[in-house]
Amino acid sequence: MTAIKPDLSVEVAGLVLKNPVMPASGTFGYGAEYAPFFDLNDLGAIVTKGLSLKPKAGNPTPRIAETEGGMLNAIGLQNVGIDAFIREKVPLLGTLSTPVIANFFGNSLEEYGEVADRLSNIPEIAAAELNISCPNVKKGGIVFGTDPKAAAEVVSLVRRRFSKPLIVKLTPNVTDIALMAKAVEEAGADALCCINTITGMSIDVHTRRPRLANTTGGLSGPAIRPVAVRMVYQAAKAVSIPVIGVGGIMKAEDALEFLIAGATAVQVGTANFIDPCAMVEIIRGLEAFCVARNIGRIRDLTGSVLIQ
Amino acid sequence: MNEQTVKNLKTQVLSNQEITPGYFRMRILAPGYPKSALPGQFVMVRVQRSLPPLLRRPFGIFRTGVLPPDCEGLPGKEYLEILYKVVGRGTEILRDLHQGDRIEVLGPLGRGFTASLDGREQILVGGGIGLVPLYMLARELVKTSKVRLYMGGRTREDILCVTEFDRLGVETYVSTDDGSLGEQGFVTQALERRLAQGPGALVYACGPMPMLDAVQKICRAKDVELQVSLEALMACGVGACLGCVVMGEGHSEETPRYLCSCKEGPVFDARELAWQRLDMENDYCEGCAS
Repeated sequence: MTAIKPDLSVEVAGLVLKNPVMPASGTFGYGAEYAPFFDLNDLGAIVTKGLSLKPKAGNPTPRIAETEGGMLNAIGLQNVGIDAFIREKVPLLGTLSTPVIANFFGNSLEEYGEVADRLSNIPEIAAAELNISCPNVKKGGIVFGTDPKAAAEVVSLVRRRFSKPLIVKLTPNVTDIALMAKAVEEAGADALCCINTITGMSIDVHTRRPRLANTTGGLSGPAIRPVAVRMVYQAAKAVSIPVIGVGGIMKAEDALEFLIAGATAVQVGTANFIDPCAMVEIIRGLEAFCVARNIGRIRDLTGSVLIQ
Repeated sequence: MNEQTVKNLKTQVLSNQEITPGYFRMRILAPGYPKSALPGQFVMVRVQRSLPPLLRRPFGIFRTGVLPPDCEGLPGKEYLEILYKVVGRGTEILRDLHQGDRIEVLGPLGRGFTASLDGREQILVGGGIGLVPLYMLARELVKTSKVRLYMGGRTREDILCVTEFDRLGVETYVSTDDGSLGEQGFVTQALERRLAQGPGALVYACGPMPMLDAVQKICRAKDVELQVSLEALMACGVGACLGCVVMGEGHSEETPRYLCSCKEGPVFDARELAWQRLDMENDYCEGCAS
């Protein structure tokens, strides 16, 4: 008997993805950084580094610190700005057949709206991911992301000005993720992405100084995965739009955990730093799992967790 | 960076020896490296597949080479070598690896030195483990130029592999803070004396930030061209994480000019950097990252 090739395709916010694996914003540059290592078209989608209206310098160094099973970062949303993005990065992205999702943020409602307008006019961009969850800059979105009213306000504003699929990336630094998820869904989001990094801190005991210049940073990596799986499970139960799961995925089994918890697709972040081909291996692993388990369509796994 | 040649090698350790107390030299099987690796480039090493550590560690490439063919007449194995100081968990794991152990090497990465082969004297300045990226550079430079190495360390144990530079025909001067080897004092004093003699020379330096800052001031005062190799904490090594940035000359909030040590460096023309605003306490060192 020959194994039938499983169908890895999923649909997120109206986008059909050939497989459910894409990079997490900020861990994959603008795509070109990883082009030497594999064919970017093998991915379900590409997600760009977070974009803002004006170029952004980012935080002072040190910006990263390794912790037990994770890393703290406080990059500070350093990015080239929307104009340079269009000029310098879009040409390569335009040559790809896989959908490109532009992650973006603003310092104010007006800025969120302006970036949304600009993104609307880029045909190479298939969808946008609205960041209301960066923990490392005061106005980088987290003020919008931790209050359901403020979140709904920015999402509905962007919704009115951006007609392509809109994904909203949520922060885990809230008491009730289901409440945030519902508020964002009602405001017009087509999909959710859970979770951004968890705010953390690490201190060098010899110097008594924080290990990040920014004092606090966002924790990512395998250390946060159980928290992320729990939040994806809760968010997916609360809404009827698709949820993209992200947080500490290193291998195919980790990705499967998110799908079974309720995610339709997954993002891979920190693992890209450790192995540039991590996502390709995860896609292969998902396929092998489906073959071994006789699963015809990976989308059937979504939300299939068995709870007594 | 020659992007065509960058790859993640799943390979093995050929040898791993302590060369002076606390410093190790590891030879890694690395097909392609003798042709592709340029002086000043580095590799990101995954010391083991399990955690910890989570992240790879950056190490400057000390040298590349080819082993003699074996008795069956097969082509000799191509290898690269790194030197490292045991300073933390990552390097402790590296220290305990033996011949045949598996290791992953991503590279060759970064922008290396630009050799100016116009007949001027070439001066290398190395502080401690900062000697690492200078060997391959010296190997190139001696083909056409007179090369001097000024090598400094806290004690004699920080002076590494100087005889290998001697063998290349490099004139070497050693200084140590405690006088246990060579002249007592900072390596920069010897450099200053040499540059005071004029005439034109080019300087290439790698070492702790305070040393690089002193070298940069000396070279600026004498209007001498200088390339420096920086050391930085980094997660990815390919320009994606933006963890390893340094401030470029002319940087401001409005016109940000952060340079990626991994991609736009680790070697910079000293005039590209905003020296007054660089972090002088940083001592994460490529070649000795924890």
